[in-house]
Amino acid sequence: MPTQKTIAATGNAVVAEALRQCSPDVMAAYPITPQTTIVEEFAGFVAKGRVHTEYVTTESEHSAMSACIGASAAGARVVTATSSQGLALMWEELHIASGMRLPIVMANANRALSAPINIHCDHSDIMGARDTGWIILFAETAQEAYDNTLMSMRIAENPEVLLPVMTCLDGFITTHSIDRVEIMDDESVADFVGEYTPVNALLDLENPVSHGNFAGLGGPFFEFKKAQREAIERSRKVITDVAAEYSVLSGRPFGMVETWGMEDADVAVVVIGSTAGNARHVARQLRADGVKAGVVKVRCFRPFPFAEIAEALSGVKAVAVLDRAESFGAEGGPLFLEVRSALYDSSERIPVVNYIYGLGGSDVRLELIETVFKDLSDIAAGEEAPAGLVYLGSR
Amino acid sequence: MANLKELTHREDRLEGGHRLCAGCGASIAVRQVLLGAGTEPVVVGCATGCLEVSTTIYPYSSWKTPFIHNAFENSAATVSGVEAAFKGLQRAGKIPTDKKVKFVAFGGDGGTYDIGLQSLSGAMERGHDMVYVCYDNGAYMNTGIQRSSATPKGAWATTAEVGVAQQGKTQRRKDLTQIMAAHDIPYVAQASISHWKDLTDKAAKAFAVDGPAFINVFAPCPRGWRIAFDSTVEIAKIAVQTGYWPLYEVEDGVWRQTVKVANKKPVIEFLKPQGRFKHLFKPENAELLAEIQTDVDRQWDALQRRFSCS
Repeated sequence: MPTQKTIAATGNAVVAEALRQCSPDVMAAYPITPQTTIVEEFAGFVAKGRVHTEYVTTESEHSAMSACIGASAAGARVVTATSSQGLALMWEELHIASGMRLPIVMANANRALSAPINIHCDHSDIMGARDTGWIILFAETAQEAYDNTLMSMRIAENPEVLLPVMTCLDGFITTHSIDRVEIMDDESVADFVGEYTPVNALLDLENPVSHGNFAGLGGPFFEFKKAQREAIERSRKVITDVAAEYSVLSGRPFGMVETWGMEDADVAVVVIGSTAGNARHVARQLRADGVKAGVVKVRCFRPFPFAEIAEALSGVKAVAVLDRAESFGAEGGPLFLEVRSALYDSSERIPVVNYIYGLGGSDVRLELIETVFKDLSDIAAGEEAPAGLVYLGSR
Repeated sequence: MANLKELTHREDRLEGGHRLCAGCGASIAVRQVLLGAGTEPVVVGCATGCLEVSTTIYPYSSWKTPFIHNAFENSAATVSGVEAAFKGLQRAGKIPTDKKVKFVAFGGDGGTYDIGLQSLSGAMERGHDMVYVCYDNGAYMNTGIQRSSATPKGAWATTAEVGVAQQGKTQRRKDLTQIMAAHDIPYVAQASISHWKDLTDKAAKAFAVDGPAFINVFAPCPRGWRIAFDSTVEIAKIAVQTGYWPLYEVEDGVWRQTVKVANKKPVIEFLKPQGRFKHLFKPENAELLAEIQTDVDRQWDALQRRFSCS
């Protein structure tokens, strides 16, 4: 069993630590708030000779992901980190990384997209990348950010998957807050992550291959995309298996969906990221007052855990979906659209209310979560659900 | 440097049977550059463009060497990643430390002068041990002859049309070779497919240096220039003889003209055979034609001063 050490560290510091422990061959990255301390920490590892990694400090995020793609196609284990505008600038390359089936691991410090410019947390950056073909994991805490990063490497490089994985943590709230984190010893991480054996590597010089070929003009483009869907579907089992193995090592279980109080909940909140802690805190208090409150936290957004969500919400009288991102002109935020779709096949007609909250780092106070549960209790008692989405905490 | 006989014994890494047009300057540039690379393994990267789409139609590939295409603007960044992987894997003990591999990125002028300039500048500044080769045919040929910042002034292009209000491209072209020289990298050269020995020698030097190197290769496009398919090499030669495309190199900051031109021919000898310049020969455009000659002379003289200072 691994030796685990408890430390006090920021989310970014432990993501950098996890990346170091994965022993990547290449890291290509560009600094952006609030991801910056990840790349700074890693630069420190390089300067101290603690990694063998070739560290490429590119002139933009577009080039960072381009270099990651070149390095991964070459046969290297590759990591990077970004945030917000940087993720947006990578957008073209995100599709190419997944389309070329390259197991790159990237941390994203969730931050609002401009305009207006803002440096604080919301999920507009990552939700803009939700259809890029990446596996997307979310962390609530620094501990989860650490754990997700280590698991990401195994998931990405699994021959049944071979897809890039993004591990997302909330900007400033998780990236910069000092938290209690259990860190595994290097050797145990190395054993868990294992060696990477690339397929069709560019640097397999005796067997030259061409990467990034043209598949238009009646070529098999459609079939490539179908194969990509099959790979991300296969990743469901791989994620579960890797998490089970990791849980034995670390003592920390991982579910694509994690529930609190859902065994007998009448009212439930579905949430992603750091706000899950606030939601659990309020639910716990409400339980003391006799309200059967529950929380469903989504840790894996792609592939989306439809079945797990439907199962978790079965029997609930009213559901609130908390979105920290807009999908302008859609019926609700990105998480809402997924959750309500997941419930469509259910024989129950559970009222689902969408709350948009915390945009651009707007504070998520406990009173706000209390109003959500209050609304849900009213709906459960027979009151009509609000039509359309509700803005939570906007002035 | 290898002589012609030696070069003929080297294996072509770009196989025939690709779908580039007859008379395409790009494939000539690639073959000459890769012949100059010598016998060590070469990993090739390529920007989106004619060269890429015509050589890698799935499931085929014309490349007998490892090849990667990523996107349009990032062949330099992509190959910088491949080179970084090589170093990282060597340090990891997965590739022997004495193993030698060359890395080269190709891009057209659209993918290099315009959309890929930042990616190129970054890769060169970071000092990757790689060669970047621009095959300059002076427009976005793959998408149908749209103007780029390499398109010469006065040239017709589908986005720099000729009409009563405008006579083709109204702006001067960008001098990318000098911009790359300003990066103070070990080796920068300007070459032409018409001067094969000069080009293969420059390629050999570019691959030999420890660090980044850049070569700008003049590579005519018969389709876009409105010239006969069998006149590619001839028009490239005239570009050199008129001083429109001087052949030189900048080695560790020392500027040297590699092909001397004793008496520059008038630039109209380069312009006249090309359909893309035909409007310039109308009497009302005489002034524009004279301006083009003045520009060539001025740029030529400025370059001569660089050579004499070195």
